Amino acid sequence: MINFNYTIWIPLLPFLMFLFLGLAGHKYFPKLSGILGTCGLGIITLLSYITAYKYFFLSEKIDGAYQKITAVNTVWLQLTDKLHIDMGILLDPISVMMLVVITTVSLMVHIYSLGYMKGEKGFERFFAFLSLFSFSMLGLVLATNIFQMYIFWELVGVSSFLLIGFYYQKPSAVRASKKAFIVTRFADLGFLIGILILSFNTGTFDFITLTDPSGTAIAQGGGIAFLGLSVMTWSMIFVFMGGIGKSAMFPFHIWLPDAMEGPTPVSALIHAATMVVAGVYLVARMFPIYSLSAPVALEVVGYVGAFSSLFAAVIACTQTDIKRVLAYSTMSQIGYMMLALGVSGYGGHEGLGYMASMFHLFTHAMFKALLFLGAGSIIHAVHTNHMTEMGGLRKYLPITHLTFLIACLTIAGIPPLSGFFSKDEILAAAFHSNKLLFAVEYVVAGLTAFYMFRLYFSIFWGKETHYHHTPHEAPATMTIPLIILAIGSVFSGFIPFNELVTSDGKGFETELELIVAIPSVLIGLFGIVIAFIMYKKESAIPDKMAATFKYSYKWAFNKFYMDEVYLFVTKKIIFRYISQPVAWFDRHIVDATMNGIASVTQSVSLRIRGFQSGQLQKYGFVFISGAILLAILFIYLWK
Amino acid sequence: MSTGIPVQYFLILATIMFFTGVYGFLTRRNLITILMSVELILNSVNINFLAFNRYLYPHKLEGMFFSLFVIAVAAAEAAVAIAIIINIYRRFSTINVEDASEMKY
Repeated sequence: MINFNYTIWIPLLPFLMFLFLGLAGHKYFPKLSGILGTCGLGIITLLSYITAYKYFFLSEKIDGAYQKITAVNTVWLQLTDKLHIDMGILLDPISVMMLVVITTVSLMVHIYSLGYMKGEKGFERFFAFLSLFSFSMLGLVLATNIFQMYIFWELVGVSSFLLIGFYYQKPSAVRASKKAFIVTRFADLGFLIGILILSFNTGTFDFITLTDPSGTAIAQGGGIAFLGLSVMTWSMIFVFMGGIGKSAMFPFHIWLPDAMEGPTPVSALIHAATMVVAGVYLVARMFPIYSLSAPVALEVVGYVGAFSSLFAAVIACTQTDIKRVLAYSTMSQIGYMMLALGVSGYGGHEGLGYMASMFHLFTHAMFKALLFLGAGSIIHAVHTNHMTEMGGLRKYLPITHLTFLIACLTIAGIPPLSGFFSKDEILAAAFHSNKLLFAVEYVVAGLTAFYMFRLYFSIFWGKETHYHHTPHEAPATMTIPLIILAIGSVFSGFIPFNELVTSDGKGFETELELIVAIPSVLIGLFGIVIAFIMYKKESAIPDKMAATFKYSYKWAFNKFYMDEVYLFVTKKIIFRYISQPVAWFDRHIVDATMNGIASVTQSVSLRIRGFQSGQLQKYGFVFISGAILLAILFIYLWK
Repeated sequence: MSTGIPVQYFLILATIMFFTGVYGFLTRRNLITILMSVELILNSVNINFLAFNRYLYPHKLEGMFFSLFVIAVAAAEAAVAIAIIINIYRRFSTINVEDASEMKY
């Protein structure tokens, strides 16, 4: 056995860094804290790479399958003999893969932020929060049990809240951070309910016990039924609700576009590459239960993913804020991953969708972080988020232009870039199990290519815009991460995921299925060509299109009025018919009872306080009259 | 028992003294007078002790001792009370009880 004890430092070091920077950074080394945070993360990244190498290439496989290794485990909270919450580190293919993804993207974002956030107020606070986020995210993926995962899940939500609201003097940022926190928190309620039902039925929180395909947890789950579905299915649907919230799937997606109020590196790290895929990771983590014990819940996952991806892709075609386009694109791509899990089976070639989902998670992290960081570089140069105010930037920002183009080609699924491989696996998995979902994803692939290149052409080509001052290329701290991530986006498609990350730990053979691959490339190209015609040069076509499909355009532009629906439901229904009566009851019944007791006491005591005059002689008079009275009573009536 | 003054005379005297004391205690506002009234009450009780001791248990001395004890306590009490009265006088320049009302309520 290889010793993995050192992995405890992977989550612990960012936590110490957070405490260190958060407590001492502001006072003693505000300038240095960025470098310190980045160095700390560099060490973690190195440790993660070593762990990945040792896990995938040196650790022994049993029966050709990667084993789940519990590197560290301690009882954190002993409630009763049977009920205890542990903290630990679990290594298995997906957690090790996530380690690599998180630390790589996080390191890139740290380096990038050194340039992007330079001179901002709260520089050290920013890095402290980034460290907190890294800690929570690493704790989440390494969790040995579902309760530990839940704890870190909430911590991730908090750090996301803190970072979205980083510019806390901007009301819109404050609103966005509150919105993100409340929406995800509401979804997490479902997660908690799911955990409670699940562990009540199985008697354990532990992932290894829970997800053992031949174990008792899966076997006994199907028994009890409620409303036509087994209890296991209900619990998994509730657990998935947490995933919906965190991964911004429909209908809890409304927080993600607003979360773009945060600094752009934060959007790249949290709202594109790592935190929002936590929902996918959650489903993948519980996958044996979904697949073997709750297939209906898995179908829900698939359909939610498919719908969200289509929904978001349509909205993305109409938005003009580049970060919002990217946000909807993220939502759409996560929908892809969910769908891939939804159509997957367990074990061997059946688990193609699972593998494809994890593969896409990996490549998406690379190219979406690249896109966001590129967008940050553009915003840094022209000081606006709106692509209508940009154009012809390719001359001013050569490196950003090139890396952005690579990322766009990757997300559009053009071979041999990584996006092609992972997307192709997803489409293949869908093709073999559910033709409807396949058709949806096929359309989304075209839409994705279209909106990404709409973005690309409007920013870098299009009309020549006059800028107040000539945009200039970002400093090296910002371009180097772009280049590294671009290399990652190009080559990560060649990582043999079918050998490394599979549903049951065993590798299997995959081949390129031309029947799926060729049409998917074609529709990608088709999308690019349309975007080329419409946005390469300034043309009237987009406006004409918008005028022709006036109503559908307006609907999509206003995000299908989802925010308004939420406002209506919360303000007009929940507030008016639930909260207001409750508030009335609280004010007029509960509070009034208490106030009544107090005021009665007060008025009575005001009246009777004259008795206690402090005049000794009055007391004496009362005392003596009492004594005389008693004496008379005793003498004449006590016979 | 021996001849002499009947016990009722003592008791009547003691009762008169006692109620005089009580009346003084309740009606007077001057602290010294109140103290004097208290002394009257104590002394009336002393007379009762002595009278009952003499008429009921002539061969025992508890009543006598008790009166001596009361006299001692009364002396101590008078000393303490006068000390307090002097302090009150210094504080308020009066020894009227109604004026010393700072700690009321």
